[in-house]
Amino acid sequence: MRERVIDVEKNAARFINQDDVHERMHDKNLWAARMKRDKIAETIPEWEELRNLASQIKEHVLTHLDYYLEMFEENAVKNGAIVHWARDAAEHNQIVLSILEDKRITEVIKSKSMLQEECGMTAFLERKGIIVTESDLGERIQQLDGQLPSHIVMPAIQKTTQDVAALFARTIGTDPNDTDPHSLTEAMRNNARPRFLRAGAGMTGANFAIAETGSFVVCTNEGNADIGASVPPLHIASIGIEKILPKTEDLSVFIRLLSRSALGTPATQYTSHFTGPRKGGELHIILTDNGRSKRLALNDFWRSLKCIRCGACMNTCPVYRRSGGLSYQAVYSGPIGIILDPTFDAHKYSELPFHSTLCGSCTEVCPVKIDISNQIYKWREIMAKRKLLPLNRRVLFKMAGGIFARPSLFRTAEVAAAKILPVIPDFIIYNKALNPWGRHRRMPVFSKDTFRDWYLKNRKEKNNE
Amino acid sequence: MRIGLFIPCYIDAIYPEVGIATFELLQKFGLDIDYPTEQTCCGQPMSNEGDNESACRAEELFVKNFSRYDYIVGPAGSCVKQVRVHYDKLDQTDDVKHVRENTYELVEFLHDIMKVESFPGISFPHKVALHNSCSSIRGLGIAKPSEIMGVPFNKSAELLGKVSGLEIVELDRPDECCGFGGTFCVTDEAVSAQMGKDKVMDYVANGAEYVVSPDMSCLMHQEGIARKLGISHLPFIHIAQVLNGGPFKE
Repeated sequence: MRERVIDVEKNAARFINQDDVHERMHDKNLWAARMKRDKIAETIPEWEELRNLASQIKEHVLTHLDYYLEMFEENAVKNGAIVHWARDAAEHNQIVLSILEDKRITEVIKSKSMLQEECGMTAFLERKGIIVTESDLGERIQQLDGQLPSHIVMPAIQKTTQDVAALFARTIGTDPNDTDPHSLTEAMRNNARPRFLRAGAGMTGANFAIAETGSFVVCTNEGNADIGASVPPLHIASIGIEKILPKTEDLSVFIRLLSRSALGTPATQYTSHFTGPRKGGELHIILTDNGRSKRLALNDFWRSLKCIRCGACMNTCPVYRRSGGLSYQAVYSGPIGIILDPTFDAHKYSELPFHSTLCGSCTEVCPVKIDISNQIYKWREIMAKRKLLPLNRRVLFKMAGGIFARPSLFRTAEVAAAKILPVIPDFIIYNKALNPWGRHRRMPVFSKDTFRDWYLKNRKEKNNE
Repeated sequence: MRIGLFIPCYIDAIYPEVGIATFELLQKFGLDIDYPTEQTCCGQPMSNEGDNESACRAEELFVKNFSRYDYIVGPAGSCVKQVRVHYDKLDQTDDVKHVRENTYELVEFLHDIMKVESFPGISFPHKVALHNSCSSIRGLGIAKPSEIMGVPFNKSAELLGKVSGLEIVELDRPDECCGFGGTFCVTDEAVSAQMGKDKVMDYVANGAEYVVSPDMSCLMHQEGIARKLGISHLPFIHIAQVLNGGPFKE
């Protein structure tokens, strides 16, 4: 059965119109992140060179992916890890479940992983009776509220402190009047600590996987992945097959770009390298495809696989900042979401590519130089070709194309607009359903005389003398 | 050197004074300017919707109208970007290639091709907010995008700097998109309007007396927002009107 098309425009309007607080705060905080990114990037004279290098390394890996994946597997196995391959979300989730069932584990602690989000892993495990706790503060907030992450690196950025206070009061029993961020964080630490201790397994994702060493790297600011991977005896890491880098030294490019692009900080607080299981422990790595090979075969879209999940495109996107991430109703929101989500379900996400002004800021800010804006444009072409646009829009632009193809028809339309618009009553012009232009804007006034009229009257002959 | 003057459809119908200013300004440099009277639209609205089939019909007409000129100059960044970048769906005949390579936005034509040094007798003693459109900045490269590190440049600001008395005010978010986005402004009106309001308030907060842009389409949206907000004393005008000393709408 086809899923309903996500009405991102309507969701965004609701986010803006709910009150005078949320959209304002969201826009301001994310713009501040973008400004911090600019400021710190300016201090690196070779910034643009780093972006070029990062892009080239990623493109090299993506065009030699089989080679590097096998190298990674071989070295990871040498290190003592157990490596699994998952074709899709279902296989990934089943592998996780088998590992847990095998060891009779009923509770896991996990750090942030966009891949596990993609796979819908938490919901799957919970259905199987396993308790799953997110350990990243933002992710935990979203989990308690039953929501998807609203941003790749700041999952709860759409919420105010008051929202969090109300949520914690409801879910973990804090004082509803306590809106002090420090006190709320402390309450969550105390709530999470026993869960870390009880958990039979720690789950992480990975930011980078190094082929030549079989190690992988997890970057966090809270150190939550490190406790999760260190306290329970079992560590399961889900790694998308595009996360591979050839060499450890390549990290000198990517680590410098990642946190600067994401938050404007020199590096994440924790950059942890995992090479094989720790003494007495067990390490499972699940190399997961979930649509990546299919995407790699798409001429116009394979470069989206270069993404390092920094969220810089979200911070800079003027449309995302006003919409809030939940409006996209997808695992990935913002510009990167617009180009990734349709690869999972082109029908459900057919409206997303139109939720953009094509301003191009995402492309310029991207640390691995993904041509995001061009890909948004290309997705529009695909949606139009597959007739996934609402009929009224399709017909409207067909008509426009017909008018613009014939100069005399075009001139008739111009005259008609100049004559008709001034006599249409205001209640129609400023009726939102009939004319979305007029709700927040005055109508432009069509001139009595066009430029062409002026030219023919004043200049044509003079010009031809 | 024969110049084909490209006056985008919405300028023709709504802002003829911008067309006149562009025509007069180019004439001052002694150029041989012709306005092909059968021109309509560059194809952008259809293209932006992903409807290339409908766009191509307008695009073929554009090529037919303009292939005979050495340069094609238009006072609108996004329309010029359409011709230069997005005419890749047409058969790449010599005419199409010629048109794509030689179509210039007014600011870049004055700056790069004419290398204009001064605008004699032109003065504009006002505080001006400059709005370079996203298509002009990130599509045509008339200014350094703020995301890119390196030496700043801004061709529109350079030209305005040659007008006596004109002062450019600094904005909090100088190259943030204003939310026009073509069809986006009606299909996504809540977000578009919010972006427009933020843009207009940035001008007001920084003491702008005029808003000047090489792209009238952004200004059509911004002016509509400003008037609805009750801000009536902030004129939105095209850069050609400043550089030519008018004409202004009565």
